[in-house]
Amino acid sequence: MPSFVMVEKCDGCKAQDKTACQYICPNDLMALDREKMKAYNQEPEQCWECYNCVKICPQQAIEVRGYADFFPLGASVIPMRGQDAIMWTIKFRNGSIKRFKFPIRLTPEGYWNADTIYKDLPEPDYSKIKGPGYFNYEARKE
Amino acid sequence: MEKETCTFSYCQRPEVIEIDTDLLIIGGGMAACGAAFEACRWATPKGLKVTMVDKAATDRSGAVAMGLSAINTYIGENKVEDYVRYVRADLMGIIREDLVFDLGRHVDNSVHMFEEWGLPIWKKSDDGWSLDGFQARDQGKPKLKDGGVPCRSGKWQIMINGESYKVIVAEAGKAALEYNRKALNIPQNHFERVFIVKLLKDAKEPNRVAGAIGFSVRENKAYLFKAKAILNASGGAVNVFRPRSTREGMGRAWYPVWNSGSGYYLGMTVGAEMTMMENRFVPARFKDGYGPVGAWFLFFKAKATDALGNDYTAKDTPEFQDAVKKYGKWADALGTAIRNHLMMEAMKQGRGPILMNTHTAMQELAKQMDPKRLKHLEAEAWEDFLDMCISQAGLWAANNVEPDKVPSEIMPTEPYLLGSHAGCAGFWVSGPGDIPGAPAEWFWGYNRMSTVNGLFMAGDIVGASGHKFSSGSHAEGRIAAKAAIAFILDNPGYTPTIAEDVNALFAEIYLPFELYEKYKTYSTDPRINPYYIKPDLYQARLQKIADEYFGGIGTWYMTSKTMIEEGLRKLQMLKEDAARLAAANLHELLRCWENYHRTLSLEAHARHILFREESRYPGYYYRGDFDFVDDNNWRVFVNSVYDPATDTFTLKKVPYVQIIPD
Repeated sequence: MPSFVMVEKCDGCKAQDKTACQYICPNDLMALDREKMKAYNQEPEQCWECYNCVKICPQQAIEVRGYADFFPLGASVIPMRGQDAIMWTIKFRNGSIKRFKFPIRLTPEGYWNADTIYKDLPEPDYSKIKGPGYFNYEARKE
Repeated sequence: MEKETCTFSYCQRPEVIEIDTDLLIIGGGMAACGAAFEACRWATPKGLKVTMVDKAATDRSGAVAMGLSAINTYIGENKVEDYVRYVRADLMGIIREDLVFDLGRHVDNSVHMFEEWGLPIWKKSDDGWSLDGFQARDQGKPKLKDGGVPCRSGKWQIMINGESYKVIVAEAGKAALEYNRKALNIPQNHFERVFIVKLLKDAKEPNRVAGAIGFSVRENKAYLFKAKAILNASGGAVNVFRPRSTREGMGRAWYPVWNSGSGYYLGMTVGAEMTMMENRFVPARFKDGYGPVGAWFLFFKAKATDALGNDYTAKDTPEFQDAVKKYGKWADALGTAIRNHLMMEAMKQGRGPILMNTHTAMQELAKQMDPKRLKHLEAEAWEDFLDMCISQAGLWAANNVEPDKVPSEIMPTEPYLLGSHAGCAGFWVSGPGDIPGAPAEWFWGYNRMSTVNGLFMAGDIVGASGHKFSSGSHAEGRIAAKAAIAFILDNPGYTPTIAEDVNALFAEIYLPFELYEKYKTYSTDPRINPYYIKPDLYQARLQKIADEYFGGIGTWYMTSKTMIEEGLRKLQMLKEDAARLAAANLHELLRCWENYHRTLSLEAHARHILFREESRYPGYYYRGDFDFVDDNNWRVFVNSVYDPATDTFTLKKVPYVQIIPD
C-alpha cells in the first residue's frame, strides 16, 4: 500500500530544518524534488506501508493507496497522531466509516534525555560486570 | 566479463570521516537501543565512548518501526525453565538452552523499563476484562514491576498500546547515548542514515574485529569507524525469496522489507561461525496484507479451519498421523512449523481457502458482554492491525470485511531468515557460562560474543535462540552490551589497527557508482545496458533462484540435494555479476549493498539445508529426498564458517546438549 504525496498540500517542508517524510522513512523511500519542492515515494514497490511518513507529515499531505496488486479501490485509513494518543479513521469501500482512538504513550514526548534517563537508577557495580543481570537488575533465580 | 575497479574517474570521491570509539553498535532497532541503554551506563564512568550507527532514523528503524500490539516475551508469573521448554518444542528440538534460559531470566526488566519510559501496557480490570493504557492509569492500576496484572493473550504474550513502542524505546536509547556524549564531551556518537557495509579485522590480532566501514545515504561521505568492540544488531534477511506479491505488494513482506541480511553478512565476512542457518520462518498470516494472527488465535480464541469447516490441525486426521510418522514427537507438539504443514496439506488437497473464523469468535465473545464492552472489543481487534500492520486494516476496509460477520483468509508467506521471532538462524555465540549443565565449550569468556574476538551479536542474528521477539531482542542487546564493556575493560592496552587498505575498500563500496557513470550513456535507456545490472533487477534474479531451487512458495517449500546444487550453480554466476551492480544515486547504492548482504545470507541458508539430510522444519521447508525428522543423526546443531578469501563454506555437526529436562 504505497504512500503518495498530494501536490496541493506538500510544501517540501520548506519552513522546517529537514523534510519530515524523508527523515523518517525506514526504507529511504521518500525523496524531495528540489525543483518542484515536493516530496515523492521513489520506490513504491519497496514500501512496507508503515505509515511513518503519513504520521509525521506536518501538512497532512501524505496518504496511502492500497497495493495495486491486490487492493480494490475506494478505501482509506487515515491516522492523526497526537502527543499521547492516535486517532484512526477507516473508510470502507462501501462508504461506511469506523473511528478509533488509542493511547500511544504515558510520558511526555521527549521526557527522556541525558539528565533523566538514569536518574533514580543504581550505579553500575563493576564487581558484577561478568555475571548475570543488568546494572539495575539481578537476573531471576528459580 | 572484465573485472571493473573504481578509481573515482567517473564518480565523485567521497569525503572520508574517521571516528574512533570504544564500543560501536551497528543497527538501531530493539537490540541496538537496548545495547545503548545498558552500555552507556557501564561505559561512561570509565570514560569509554559508545557510538551507534543506524542506516535509518532510530525513532522508526528496525523491525518495530511501525509499532506492535503485543510484547511476545514476558515471563511474569511463569517459570524460566518452562520458557525454555516452549521455545525448544516450537523450534523442533534444537536450541541453545543456555542462551534461551539466560534470555528468560533477564527479559522482564526490559519490559518493566518500557513501561517506565511510557509504553502503555494493558491491565486486567477487577472483573477480569481488559483495560487499555489510559484506563489502567486512570484507575490507578499498578505497573507490572509493582504487581500490576497484564492482559495475557497467551502464556508468554502481553497486550500493549504499541503504536509508539519503537519511538519510546528509541528515545531512551538516544538519551543514553546523549548521557555518554555529554559526560565525555564527544561531538557526536549517534549516526543516522549511515549504512555499514563491512567489518574490518585487526592488523595485529588475527581473529579480532577492529572497525567498520560504510557510507552516508544522504551526502557524499564515507565513514570509517575504529572500535575496541563491535555489537552487531543489524537484523535478519527479508526479500531473499520471491514474495507472493511481485509488483507494488512486494513491499508488504511480513517482516520489515529493510532487513536485508546485513547482520549475517557483516559477521560472516569476518569469519564468525554461524549456526542453524538452515532454519527459516514462514508465518501463516492473513492473506496478502500479512496482518498478525496471534491475537486472533490467543486473545479472541478464533479457530482456523479449511473452507469446509474442518479443523485441519485435529489429531484424528490421516494428515496429522502421517506427520507424526514422518516427523516424530516434534509433530505431536503441534508447533508453528507443523501447523503450517497441516495447513498446506489441506490446501494441496483443494480444501482451501484456509479461514480464520473471526466472526464466530467475535459472536461468542459478544454473548458474554454488554454493548459498551463489545465496542471496546471491536476496537481491540482493529488496534491489533493498526498498531503493527496497518495495511491489513486497509485491506479489510477495501474488501468491506467486517470481522464480526465474515471469516478471513490466512496463508503461509514467503520464507524469511531471522533469529528473534519463531526462527533461529544466526551466529554461534558464547553463552553466559553460569548455567548448570551447559558444556564448557559453549562459553568463551564473554556472553554473546561471536567466535571473532570483540564482535558481539544480539537480536535477529543470534542463532539457535528464537522466540525472543521485541522485548527479548532489547534484553539481549543489553546482555551483549554489558559483556562488550567487560571485554573492553579487560583489554585496556588495545588500539585498533585496520589490516586492510581502507582506500581500496572505499573504492569497492562506490564501484556501483563508477560503473553507472562510466556506461550509462552507452544505451538510450540507462535501465537496459549490457555492462551493468541495477539493484532491483539483481534482487529479482536472486529471489527467482531462491524461490525455484531452495524451496520457496513456487515449489511449496520443497527442495532437495539436486535442486540446491543446481541453484548454487546459478547463484555463483549471480555472485560474479554482483561486481556489475550499478547505482545512479545514493539510494540505489544502498540497495546494491543490501543485495550483496542478501546474497551471502541466502547462500549460507542453502548450504545449511544441503548439509542437513532431513526435513527438520516441515511447513517451513522440505528436503524431498529426506522427508523426515531423524533425531538419531540430526538432533544436532549445524555450524558453518565462511572464508571470504576462498569464497567457501565449511560445515560441521555440533552435538546437542539438553539442559532443561523434558
